[in-house]
Amino acid sequence: MIKINHISKAFNGRSVLDSISGEFDKGKTNLIIGSSGTGKSVLLKCIVGLLQPDQGSVYFDLRNFTEADKEMKSEIRREMGMLFQGGALFDSKNVEQNVMFPLDVLTTKPLEEKLDRVNFCLKRVGLENVNSKMPSEISGGMKKRVGIARAIVNNPNYLFCDEPNSGLDPQTSIVIDELIKEITEEYDITTVVVTHDMNSVMGIGEKIMFLYKGQKLWEGSYREIMNSGVKELDDFVFTNKVMKNLKGKVTSL
Amino acid sequence: MKGFGKYVIFLGSLFVRRETFKTYYQLVLEECIIIGIGSILLFVLVSTFMGAVSTIQTAANLVNPLIPRYIISQVVREMTILELAPTIMAIIYAGKVGSSMAGGLGTMRITEQIDALEVMGINSSSYLVLPKIIASILMYPLLVIVAGVCSLVGGYLVGTLTGIMTAEDYIYGIRLAFNPYFISFALIKSLVFAFLISSISSFKGYYTQGGALEVGIASTSAVTTSVIAVLLSDYFLAQLLL
Ligand SMILES: Nc1ncnc2c1ncn2[C@@H]1O[C@H](COP(=O)(O)OP(=O)(O)OP(=O)(O)O)[C@@H](O)[C@H]1O
Ligand SMILES: [Mg+2]
Repeated sequence: MIKINHISKAFNGRSVLDSISGEFDKGKTNLIIGSSGTGKSVLLKCIVGLLQPDQGSVYFDLRNFTEADKEMKSEIRREMGMLFQGGALFDSKNVEQNVMFPLDVLTTKPLEEKLDRVNFCLKRVGLENVNSKMPSEISGGMKKRVGIARAIVNNPNYLFCDEPNSGLDPQTSIVIDELIKEITEEYDITTVVVTHDMNSVMGIGEKIMFLYKGQKLWEGSYREIMNSGVKELDDFVFTNKVMKNLKGKVTSL
Repeated sequence: MKGFGKYVIFLGSLFVRRETFKTYYQLVLEECIIIGIGSILLFVLVSTFMGAVSTIQTAANLVNPLIPRYIISQVVREMTILELAPTIMAIIYAGKVGSSMAGGLGTMRITEQIDALEVMGINSSSYLVLPKIIASILMYPLLVIVAGVCSLVGGYLVGTLTGIMTAEDYIYGIRLAFNPYFISFALIKSLVFAFLISSISSFKGYYTQGGALEVGIASTSAVTTSVIAVLLSDYFLAQLLL
């Protein structure tokens, strides 16, 4: 479980996050949703420590990450896996080396064991026989999968995904979403997914945090999202006419 | 000025939270190979021509028949060791190696590869940049030595083949009143330049923000800034050490 307390962040005096609090549950895919530029990525970066929040703190299973010393921080970081928006695979390494990289730097396992684990993870995300391909030689969807394999290779307790299905076709998106959900449940980890894709919201949104202009306006699950009564959320959810017509007619899913 | 402060902090960050020695050993080796193989041909080509051209031009300027011909190769030697090999080659090095360091790091930054390293708990600046600086400091002086030799060989070839001077004259001039300290001076210069070029270029690349356009800008600015730094430090080192 990850808990955030009153996280605020400003860039050059312009507030981007305004006192966000909330919890992300273990064994669930927790979503952070909101339209473009509302600070979703900034919030995720504050949680994983790529950005230092101006105020507030982040707890990983009751361990204060924000105020942790270097050792504690790197200990918690060892338990994290992250999937970046573009995959963020290392250009100079092939697929196998990319996935093995966290094991190389974080563990002292023998090569064979590492290889086994890498192949297991690649198989888990549905990629086989691509071990020696370079990132430039595989498609966007495959990059995302390799990214997921790399994120889970060291058995993380916490998995973070920034827009896992941006730039993918709807079908591949669903496959990736399902994969994230399955992995989350299978290994009982705490997963946080940033997205603005309504398909994902309805598909895997067990716990959803809605951000609007740097503030948390709503929290709930996909079952309740249609009837939130929050105008900004409705504008986000019911973007097209068909959806707008559905509004009010759908009471439970 | 603010940029300079950031640069100093950046240099400091290279030495905290490091990986194991073995990791660096491997990374440095890789960088050395990239730098060495990537620039040796260019260095040989440019320096050979530089030696050849300086020989021809020096000969063209020494029209007085009272001046012995071997002075030409002596002049070429001094120019090569003091300035052509360490300094002019530094400009080439900045264009070749510096720009690719900045471009590579800039790309890693905008495609979140640097963030990916950080999330894994790796000090990305130290992991990515320190090997580049160490490899530069190791390889650049070697490249300068190669360039120096090639320049003198280039001079020899042109001098003897075009009949400007005899082989004996050339060799005699090369060895005449030779001051070995100039070699040390050239090597000190190349160490400083290697550090400046690699650290400035890495700095520019590492702090790239934005997209592909900015990576291009970072590359260009890495070259211009390192060249200026090289020329300034060249001046101060000459004042200080000669
Ligand atoms: N490093 C930074 N420096 C200054 N401003 C920043 C920085 N990072 C983000 N911002 C600003 O913070 C705001 C929120 O950005 P963020 O990337 O979190 O949006 P987002 O919700 O992830 O949007 P998207 O869905 O488009 O990815 C933006 O207005 C952006 O300009
Ligand atoms: Mg974003």
